[in-house]
Amino acid sequence: MKPPPFAYLRAESVEQALTALRQHGDEARILAGGQSLLPMLNMRLTRPAILIDIMRIGALREATVSNGMLAVGAGMRQASLLGRASLAREVPLLAASLPWVGHYQTRARGTVCGSVAHADPSAEIPLCLIALSGSIRLRSARKRRTVPAETFFTGTMMTERADEEMIEAVLLPLAKPGCGYAFAEAARRHGDFAITACAAVAEADRLRLAVGGVADRPVARDLPRLDGSALDDALNDFAWSLGARDDMHATARYRRDLVRKLGRKVLEEAVSCRR
Amino acid sequence: MPQMKAGSRHPVRFTLNGAPASIEAEPRTLLSDALRHHLGATGTHVGCEHGVCGTCTVVIDGAPARSCLTLAVQAEGCDIRTVEGLSPLADRLGILQAAFRRHHALQCGFCTPGILMSLDIFLKSASSPTEEELRDVLGGHLCRCTGYAPIIAAALDAAAALREDAHV
Repeated sequence: MKPPPFAYLRAESVEQALTALRQHGDEARILAGGQSLLPMLNMRLTRPAILIDIMRIGALREATVSNGMLAVGAGMRQASLLGRASLAREVPLLAASLPWVGHYQTRARGTVCGSVAHADPSAEIPLCLIALSGSIRLRSARKRRTVPAETFFTGTMMTERADEEMIEAVLLPLAKPGCGYAFAEAARRHGDFAITACAAVAEADRLRLAVGGVADRPVARDLPRLDGSALDDALNDFAWSLGARDDMHATARYRRDLVRKLGRKVLEEAVSCRR
Repeated sequence: MPQMKAGSRHPVRFTLNGAPASIEAEPRTLLSDALRHHLGATGTHVGCEHGVCGTCTVVIDGAPARSCLTLAVQAEGCDIRTVEGLSPLADRLGILQAAFRRHHALQCGFCTPGILMSLDIFLKSASSPTEEELRDVLGGHLCRCTGYAPIIAAALDAAAALREDAHV
């Protein structure tokens, strides 16, 4: 359980990191908090030739609000964002789900963008991005582009990111007045990978549910009104559409049931906390 | 800064429990192994080596960290605290350690160094922790001896003793 050999570059600027990425392509991996990458390295599931450490780049460590979005930089640790006093007002869904990301000890090191780059299908932060229709700002030595979360996640640990690109920031829409948000998850222990996680957004004329841990990526769907009889059928359709499979943690049937039950629970909670 | 080559050793300097430490490590060397093998600081234990069990937890720049999920080269210039730094004197236990002893919060002791480091840094930020908060912190550790209840009792007791200590 030791990593294979690799070279290491402690980048001092974003430009330096991007130049190295361009030079090494798919042989390079960005190292941020390391809470997803180091287990992969220790288990030798990945064998990069070089790691590019971006955690000494001060400019990436910030979260800023502009144009109705909270932009979280690639160097911001999950614990730092969770400690941001205004987060519950700015992006309440993220504030509700961050305590479920890993453990106290891994949140202290792991970054928000690192979890997005890793793209585990059960991860909470990608789920929030999908629920809120957020986006991911990618940057290479040549250009910048912003990709909507819906098209960014392409499969289990697979994303739209090109080899020479790094995530510079993730963009989360700020809470809108009159909207409610809720999050819930089922896992063996608090902090373990979610068997199923649900995030709900309730707007004046729209209900949206996002589900993680069932399909190969987080998936969102707009649903009918809460008080109508159509909701149960819609939740059931949604649950079946996700292609749940049995694994060592849970059966497909249990996962579908969680989508129906947890889904309804978070939708009701989101509607009740509209403000 | 130049790239560090794979397979060769590079100087890394950091502070370990208040004293300067310097080692030569390959980029792939884990901090847990650097502490144990390069510096002989074997108080930090190594369990699962993929971040699940928590026994290798140390404190880096005032925050808890799995030393098995940290490269030694990432520790350059950092302030690292390990279980060896918890006691005030060689033959004295710290307040948290003494509470662990009183409450039988360990049996085999393998998981204890990591749990002590997590609780030590957590109690610095939360002087009156609830049992629920302590359970959340302990959620990042595995202990197969105690059933966790005596660990919670010890942490609550230590928090009370630390509050007392702060008033003196």
